[in-house]
Amino acid sequence: MTGHLLSYAIWVPILAGLIVLATGGDKNAGLQRWLALIGALAGFLVTIPLYTGFDAHSAGMQFEELRPWIETYNINYHLGVDGLSVWFVILNAFTTLMVVLAGWRVIEQRVAQYMAAFLIMSGLINGAFAALDAILFYVFFEAMLIPMYLVIGIWGGPRRVYASIKFFLYTLLGSLLTLVAFIYLHYQTGGSFEIQEFHRVQLTMTAQVLLLVAFFFAFAVKVPMWPVHTWLPDAHVEAPTGGSMVLAAITLKLGAYGFLRFALPIAPDASREYAWVFVLLSLVAVVYIGFVALVQTDMKKLVAYSSISHMGFVTLGFFMFANGTHLNSYAVEGAIVQMISHGFVSAAMFFSIGVMYDRVHSRKIADYGGVANKMPIFASFFMLFAMANSGLPGTSGFVGEFFVVLGAMQVNFWYAVAAATTLIFGAAYTLWMYKRVIFGDVGNQHVAELTDVNKREFLVLAILAIAVLGMGLYPKPFTDLMHFSVNDLIWHVSQVKLDVPQ
Amino acid sequence: MDMKTIYLLIPLAPLFGALVAGLFGWAIGRRAAHCVTIGGVAVSFALSAYVLNHMLSGGEAYNGTVYTWLSINGVDFNVGFLVDTLTAMMMCVVTFVSLMVHIYTIGYMHEDPGYQRFFSYISLFTFSMLMLVMANNFVQLFFGWEAVGLVSYLLIGFWFKRPTATFANLKAFLVNRVGDFGFLLGIGLVLAYFGSLDYAEVFAKAPELKDTTITLMTGHTWSLMAVTCILLFVGAMGKSAQFPLHVWLPDSMEGPTPISALIHAATMVTAGIFMVARMSPMFELSETALNFVLVIGAITALFMGFLGIIQNDIKRVVAYSTLSQLGYMTVALGASAYSVAVFHLMTHAFFKALLFLAAGSVIMGMHHDQDIRNMGGLRKYMKITWITSLIGSLALIGTPFLSGFYSKDSIILAVEASTLPGAGFAQFAVLAGVFVTAFYSFRMYFLVFHGKERWMEQGHHHAHDADAHDEDEHHHGLGPNDKPHESPWVVTLPLVLLAIPSLVIGYLAIGPMLAGDFFKNVIFVNHDLHPAMEAVIHHAHDAFHMGLHAFATLPFWLAAAGVAAAFVFYMVKPALPAAIDRVFSKIGVRKLLEQKYYMDHLYINGFAAAGRGLGTVLWKVGDAILIDGLLVNGSAKVVGFVASIVRRLQTGYIYHYAFAMIIGGLVFITVWLGVILGWFGPEAREWIGNLLYSRA
Repeated sequence: MTGHLLSYAIWVPILAGLIVLATGGDKNAGLQRWLALIGALAGFLVTIPLYTGFDAHSAGMQFEELRPWIETYNINYHLGVDGLSVWFVILNAFTTLMVVLAGWRVIEQRVAQYMAAFLIMSGLINGAFAALDAILFYVFFEAMLIPMYLVIGIWGGPRRVYASIKFFLYTLLGSLLTLVAFIYLHYQTGGSFEIQEFHRVQLTMTAQVLLLVAFFFAFAVKVPMWPVHTWLPDAHVEAPTGGSMVLAAITLKLGAYGFLRFALPIAPDASREYAWVFVLLSLVAVVYIGFVALVQTDMKKLVAYSSISHMGFVTLGFFMFANGTHLNSYAVEGAIVQMISHGFVSAAMFFSIGVMYDRVHSRKIADYGGVANKMPIFASFFMLFAMANSGLPGTSGFVGEFFVVLGAMQVNFWYAVAAATTLIFGAAYTLWMYKRVIFGDVGNQHVAELTDVNKREFLVLAILAIAVLGMGLYPKPFTDLMHFSVNDLIWHVSQVKLDVPQ
Repeated sequence: MDMKTIYLLIPLAPLFGALVAGLFGWAIGRRAAHCVTIGGVAVSFALSAYVLNHMLSGGEAYNGTVYTWLSINGVDFNVGFLVDTLTAMMMCVVTFVSLMVHIYTIGYMHEDPGYQRFFSYISLFTFSMLMLVMANNFVQLFFGWEAVGLVSYLLIGFWFKRPTATFANLKAFLVNRVGDFGFLLGIGLVLAYFGSLDYAEVFAKAPELKDTTITLMTGHTWSLMAVTCILLFVGAMGKSAQFPLHVWLPDSMEGPTPISALIHAATMVTAGIFMVARMSPMFELSETALNFVLVIGAITALFMGFLGIIQNDIKRVVAYSTLSQLGYMTVALGASAYSVAVFHLMTHAFFKALLFLAAGSVIMGMHHDQDIRNMGGLRKYMKITWITSLIGSLALIGTPFLSGFYSKDSIILAVEASTLPGAGFAQFAVLAGVFVTAFYSFRMYFLVFHGKERWMEQGHHHAHDADAHDEDEHHHGLGPNDKPHESPWVVTLPLVLLAIPSLVIGYLAIGPMLAGDFFKNVIFVNHDLHPAMEAVIHHAHDAFHMGLHAFATLPFWLAAAGVAAAFVFYMVKPALPAAIDRVFSKIGVRKLLEQKYYMDHLYINGFAAAGRGLGTVLWKVGDAILIDGLLVNGSAKVVGFVASIVRRLQTGYIYHYAFAMIIGGLVFITVWLGVILGWFGPEAREWIGNLLYSRA
């Protein structure tokens, strides 16, 4: 059983999605929802042994599976996870479960297709995180766009077509260069698509720089880094709640993961040389986006911008080279923790906004006011998530930002200064929104008619609250799994690849 | 029970109460909610008292880990406790005042629909504050630091329907975050240079790094210790409301009065003072940082006192008094008299909590009218509140033998002996502050408890009444025929219990705390460089003699003059203040004070407005026009344009295609020749060459 865990993590949700699809039209919606829930739950349960069976004292790939796929080009179905990726497979399965619950009664049309899209997407994303073959990765990475494109384009808001095409083209165009890079690396390694082979190959500086540029386009769009971020607010605004949850919680992480798995280890010398570019763009994301988030009038857009700012911490942490040679382990682990935490917090924020949207059908801050009068339980949960979004200690949102700032301080005082402004920005835009939406006297007739959360919503909020608090109060289990892999990565990236002539 | 269990129970008991009252308050009802929270805090206080006694009878300080929160890079970040005499004293102060406030709340909030929620918050606050003072490392300190800020935010905005309350709580949180910005950077520097965030390790390593410098800008080197300490102190400036980050504290009076006493007078706002005292081994190593602390404290002590004079809201008078007293504590820190600062922190906690709770009692008696111009003669109706208020006011202004006297006079002595460059200004500020304090305190006292019963007059002043429980049942104070009433025993009992330490704690504690070795091995002072403590110790060992001697010193006569002036202005010749007011209005001083030195204007219309403006520009111009308009949709248009041309090329004639192929071939060969000839440089040639041939 344990030999095929990763395959289960990929194919169980996809199979479940296909079964849901096969059940036909909306007259079977009740059955479809339960089937989807069972599928998502099974998909989540098969990832649990990844945690319990994980050897934290190894930097190598675990739960590996290897079989040939397209032998002509030496492409393999090769799966495996290490400390860098294992959490994201689990987080993804977890988020899918939340999304199925979140869409339970909210989606009334094309229920089967909606649920199936998320289940299939879940499997594809797991494939991307677990793939050790570059082409396999690329296939999963691109295939994942299709269900998300459909989710936004079918169940989205009024400008869904613009948003979904923008999303699709932006991310697709970004990743085309990656394919070129993979093929180039294939030749350089003497005919392998193994990602771990890519890590070992010696490359000239020019080659590394060009590869870094290729990876940058693919992954920076996905993260998204400034200035290729503008697809995200549009996509979020138009996406249904579940779409936003997956988009923010998981797909953005795939971009950041790309830097860890490809850009840094394949082009370490170029990464060191041009780290300042990434640092600069990340800090611009933190500060510039902080200002932009402040003036948003649409709650979803605000949280979307806040996501960009939070992801800025991730990319910042990845490129903190102390003395220009060694990555800083505080910053790298802080950044990975930030990725996991953002998965919980952004999912919770988007779900909370969804809870209000389902009742009032508006995302405009101005259409609310005094929600706490009518929805006290919801207001309490939303307060917790708003605080986590502001990086309050004791919530998961604090841990990553804290260590990235501490790591930045070891590299450059001013990096830390710019990064630490998030303490002010994060609190300002999140709590100002909270004040206008939740506090105050009942703002209008719609608010007066609000009813507090139902049992299903309470369940989702409670699970996410436990995750946010649990990770904030005891993050050690999360980082313990990643130490060896992170140290291995840091060692690898500190090596010079140039000195052996080809 | 071993000591570790006791230390664990002390913060967990109030946390338990907070969780029960907060999560299940709806089910268990009001009575059970206040019983469980009061029980939790009472347990916590009893154990804290036991711990203090244990320390006083020679018990060992405790420094241990509860659990490892995170470990990165081989460094453990723990949740752990450091319990020494400083901690034990703080624990007792926090839990005692908290217990008093819990009991008081039964009476004060009994009409409020958010009763259980309130009890849950104040117990949660007690937990957070205990975690802060008991921390043995910077991470937990920061956790407690932000957690008390969170509860303060929740409590200032407790009546969340009121726009003023939600404005005030957001303001408080954000201004504190500005301070925390500095604090976090300070912690970052500590980790970067000390390699640990554990107090014991950091303090042990501090002397080695005394002369370390860091380059912040090319060509300018700074002392590491000065930069670190000043950044940490910026955190304290936010939390302890020091100029120019003081602006949130007066507005925090929007919260219910019990929390003004607990959070915004006795405990949370003193966290910054406690923190600096805790970090004395670091601050002692930097003259620059100490001087910075001294000057900021002196500005706060004097200039916030001035604002207290013109306030008419009873709570705001006490709030400005708190700001000023926090300034005094900060001055003591700057003069390296850390133990004096902590001593004043303790006495102030008692008498200021007393003054706030008494103000709350007055507000209840006045049916939620807070304007002191509508009061007067209340001593007839509210005897206990009157006597305890008088005790609190006398303690505050430094009447010999009362608690405030010992701590405040020690601060003045310490500043006199300080040799820092800013000491001259600080000395002036603390001495002038004595007069100002006495004046505004007794202005309030006379207006509230003596003189005519002004609520009977027509034409009420409608000062903002922050404590009306609901906008609908808007209380407008007493009518001409109403009589104020004394508050119930749950309110007056805490007043009496706080009045007792306000009277005697200074006399009892000054010997051991300042002259004795209570803080030995806890607070570190370099006596050679900073002789201030020596001067204090000289007086402090004999409390009785110090009290007697006071009558011959300047501070006493300044305080007496302040009281006398208040008496003349508000009891004898009420026309006099109005006349002076007119003079001050002419020269603009009045306006300057009314506008609180225009600090709020600067922050709200300056920084906040600029931030929103910049945000709008970046969004509408940066994102919408430049990135989306030019780059994204622009490239889409270019593609569309190119496609429209290419479409015309698809003519269907073979010779057109053949022609295109020839052109393409020519371009390809040109590029290829270019590579060969090195037009693109050797590296590009190599790259393209590799791409094409290496897999042969």
